[in-house]
Amino acid sequence: MDLRIHRRALLLGATGAAATATAGLKAPAVAQNAPVRLGWLATLEGPFATGGQDGFRCMQMLLEQHNNQAGGRRIEVVRESSNAQADVALARARKLAEQDRVDMIIGPLSGAEGIALRDYSRTLAGKTIVNGSSGASDTTLRNASPNFFRFSTDGVQWMAGLGNHVRRTMNVEEVAVLAGDYAFPYAQVFGFSLEFCRAGGRATYLFSPLGTTDFSSIIARIPRSAGALVVVHGGTDGLAFMTQYAQAGGNLPLLGGSVMADQTMLSARGPHRRIMMGMVSAGPLADVHEEPSWKEFVARYRSRWLNEGGFQSPSIHGFNYYTAQQAVLMALEQVRGDLSGDQKAFQAALAGLRFKNVMGADLHLDHNRQAVSDIFLNRIEERDGRAQTVTFGRTPQVNQTLGVPEAQFLALGAPSRDNTGCVAAS
Amino acid sequence: MVAGSLAVTVALNGLTLAALYFIVASGFSLIFGLMRTVNMAHGSLYLIGAYAGYAVFEPLYDRDVWWAWYAGVGAGIAAAAVFGLAMQAALLGWMQGQELRQALVTIGVSIVAADQLLAVFGGNSRQFFPPDALFGATELPGAGRYPTFRLFQIAVAVAVGLGLWLLLNRTKLGLMVRAGVDDRPMLTALGINVPLVSLAVFALGAGLAGLGGVIGGSAQPFSQGVDVRFLLTSLVVVIVGGMGSIAGTAVGALLVGMAEQVGQALFPTYSVILTFVIMAAVLALRPQGILGRPA
Amino acid sequence: MSGGRPSPAALASVALLAALALLPLLIPPFWTANIFGRAFVYGIVAMSLTFLATYGGFVSLAQTMMGGVAGYVAAVLVPDSVPSLVGGVPYAAAIPVALLAATASGLLVGAVAVRTQGIYLLMITLALAVGFHLFAQANIAWFNGYEGIRNVVGPEVFGLPFRNTFVFYYAALGSAALLYALVLYVVRTPFGLVLQGIRDNPRRVSALGYDAALHRIAAFGLAGFIAGCGGLLVTFYNIGISPGSIGLGPTVNVLVMCVIGGLGHPIGAFVGALVFTLFDTFAADIYDRDRFNTLVGAVFLLIVLVSPDGVLGLAKRAVAPLRGRRRVGPAAGAAPNTGAPLAAEE
Repeated sequence: MDLRIHRRALLLGATGAAATATAGLKAPAVAQNAPVRLGWLATLEGPFATGGQDGFRCMQMLLEQHNNQAGGRRIEVVRESSNAQADVALARARKLAEQDRVDMIIGPLSGAEGIALRDYSRTLAGKTIVNGSSGASDTTLRNASPNFFRFSTDGVQWMAGLGNHVRRTMNVEEVAVLAGDYAFPYAQVFGFSLEFCRAGGRATYLFSPLGTTDFSSIIARIPRSAGALVVVHGGTDGLAFMTQYAQAGGNLPLLGGSVMADQTMLSARGPHRRIMMGMVSAGPLADVHEEPSWKEFVARYRSRWLNEGGFQSPSIHGFNYYTAQQAVLMALEQVRGDLSGDQKAFQAALAGLRFKNVMGADLHLDHNRQAVSDIFLNRIEERDGRAQTVTFGRTPQVNQTLGVPEAQFLALGAPSRDNTGCVAAS
Repeated sequence: MVAGSLAVTVALNGLTLAALYFIVASGFSLIFGLMRTVNMAHGSLYLIGAYAGYAVFEPLYDRDVWWAWYAGVGAGIAAAAVFGLAMQAALLGWMQGQELRQALVTIGVSIVAADQLLAVFGGNSRQFFPPDALFGATELPGAGRYPTFRLFQIAVAVAVGLGLWLLLNRTKLGLMVRAGVDDRPMLTALGINVPLVSLAVFALGAGLAGLGGVIGGSAQPFSQGVDVRFLLTSLVVVIVGGMGSIAGTAVGALLVGMAEQVGQALFPTYSVILTFVIMAAVLALRPQGILGRPA
Repeated sequence: MSGGRPSPAALASVALLAALALLPLLIPPFWTANIFGRAFVYGIVAMSLTFLATYGGFVSLAQTMMGGVAGYVAAVLVPDSVPSLVGGVPYAAAIPVALLAATASGLLVGAVAVRTQGIYLLMITLALAVGFHLFAQANIAWFNGYEGIRNVVGPEVFGLPFRNTFVFYYAALGSAALLYALVLYVVRTPFGLVLQGIRDNPRRVSALGYDAALHRIAAFGLAGFIAGCGGLLVTFYNIGISPGSIGLGPTVNVLVMCVIGGLGHPIGAFVGALVFTLFDTFAADIYDRDRFNTLVGAVFLLIVLVSPDGVLGLAKRAVAPLRGRRRVGPAAGAAPNTGAPLAAEE
């Protein structure tokens, strides 16, 4: 990446006072000419690195389009990366906020990191954190922080529509749910089960630890009575499961979590592709979507990044980071780049935004500063000689509790291995 | 679902996993046996073998060359062996005897190697596709359709075990290695070029890790992080079985592979911990391992 | 070394402490909390390893785990943590319980590993650490699995929140100084001398009638206590704890700190932690952020290859010629055999 990165070790002055948040208080008049300092935080180390890289790609593309300006001020970017661990994300965020003196941070990428930054944001009066792509629901649902904003939908929301599709359209009564044994799959399983079991479905749950690559014992435990498989694994685990299920000659209809039908999976070759054809999944985006803004976005992405390590089509993380930065730029335009007064006006502008994201879905924030938007049902089809996800259904304006009254939803408890959200309608 | 009783499937899975563990850990054990070097970069060698093999395999596979996979196997072994050789020649050879320092050096190497592999190959998962004859499923009595490649894994492990046995018991190099395991100073006193033997053994052990990388990467996808997993597994297998003993490695691999699969079937949530419990128990009760000789 | 008048080393220690106490007046808050404060708290965990390695010859990789035990116990007990598993126990009670638990975990590791030495000890402690990490990751009831426990904010000190830059800095500095003094004191007690005897010649120690096993276990208990103090402060600093805080990465990082600083004297742990923190924070400016691990790995490798006794050893060798013949005792009057754990064993 050839993005210019400005780093200044602002070691001068600043003595004494513990308050690290005074930067935003100083002379708004001067601030009009000074650049807005934007911190980018994503995972560039370890197994999630591809998602983080794509997030940076999409944000860079957006900034280039805006000529590195918003609200009459130049945008200056400081990049940092973590390794998907909460402690590391926190250390990087501290550096961005306190050492690099950024005005706001866009990030992080994964669930536990998001919760750590949410807690940190409370101490950051006068600065703003806009979530990158982390999808744990608790980040905004429980103990929300006033200066933490999330313009992406969470792991529970992403499954909207899938449970009803399986129960009602496919007319399947019983499914086996295979999922990773950690927070993100818990949320996805919860979102699926809530709908599916309310519609009268039954489910068997088979969780396996993160990093499982040998699924043969799990596959052997899939009940014979199951009419379909819901697979909520990502990355290497997902690929391993699919390959081994195909090898074992499995032939149940497949349904996927939101990171299952990802480009990383579809572009990998192997026997899993045969059984993945026709797989239905739900999520906030798809590769092929008949919406001019999306087609234009994908075309722009491909022409900019296809020859520089990009995917065939933007990943979910790229899309989420892009949307987050879109919101930041829009809010900056609204306040004309004025971040004075502890960014109160800017944050109010963020909270009040209503716009269509590149998928053409209406998006606004709820009282916890969490996105409410459309979720799509996708099917994997062969298009242009390669496997792609294609939208065929849409659940409009999905909120964080999937339409369940918030008090009732909270009373169900946080999603976990023992709390799958499978409660029959009473 | 796919016919076959769960118990048979689990037992077969345990056996095939043990086979893979044996291939990888035997190299680790060999190196330790002669040189007392605990090679904490053994997982990196596994990953280097897998990635290097894949780099050769992929373009050939694209052109539908039938020997693509075999070329990948060869490249994986070669790359890991060369890397191991270089490590022994440049870093480890001259600090022979300083076990802890060597372990630290290999930790440093593994940190750098993992990061450079990430830089070169990215974070995506990859998987080899062996020839069709090996890739399908075989009908087995009691287990139904069972992946052929997993059975092939057992064959490879047996071949590796036999090969090592022949090498150690029927060749001059083997004689020197065995003598070195028993009494290293004696070997030097007999005028044998110990550094040369060490290099050969290191290359062999590293090559086995590379072979394991390609075999393991054909059975299951691999990506960043697999190095740590196979380092830990090798450590556990070798410690449980007894450091430096090939038979012990086989026993350790069987025990760990079986435990992992049985654990996954009975209590999936805590199955990963089982292997470490076994290791801690063995080290506490019989520090030299099941078939190891007292230090 | 000891005796009536204060040694030069003791004077130097007091001067250093005074300088560090005044440091926050001179540097920006970010440096106070996130460079020095952070280096102190991780340095405490590292020092528990240095203590074991330098005076007992035990290179243990279970120190991060012992710190994690304290962190998790506190996180489970204290009020306001998310999720609240027990909750409601005030910090004044939770902290001693946490330290007790860490000490117990140290004793346990010592007991399990009592028969292993050298490289085997390294491996058994590694296995225990990874096993505990995986358990914490899998267990929901007590550890809340992969997500861990967040919002562990630490106690209020004089009405100020713990994460106030200065409260945190002085708490970290004070704990580090006290524990450092404790280690230097302990190694001169009969217990410490026996420990060093075990390191040098376990048979002779046994022949003299000491119970080597018991001394080893006790040393691990003390190391557990020290690591627990560090682990608690680390947990407060990170506003919570998750399996990622005690995984293989952080475990190896502690070893990296110790080796970079130098196994040979407890101060090495803090030197190493400071160097590591600087690298960790500014790697992006020095080199490519994405390749931070290459940088740290290379530095670690270089230290192990060039100066097995770390930065301390480098400094000592640089200073030695200046001192000429007049040989003052080793810094702060401790173990004379710098870098013992890394020296040849055969």
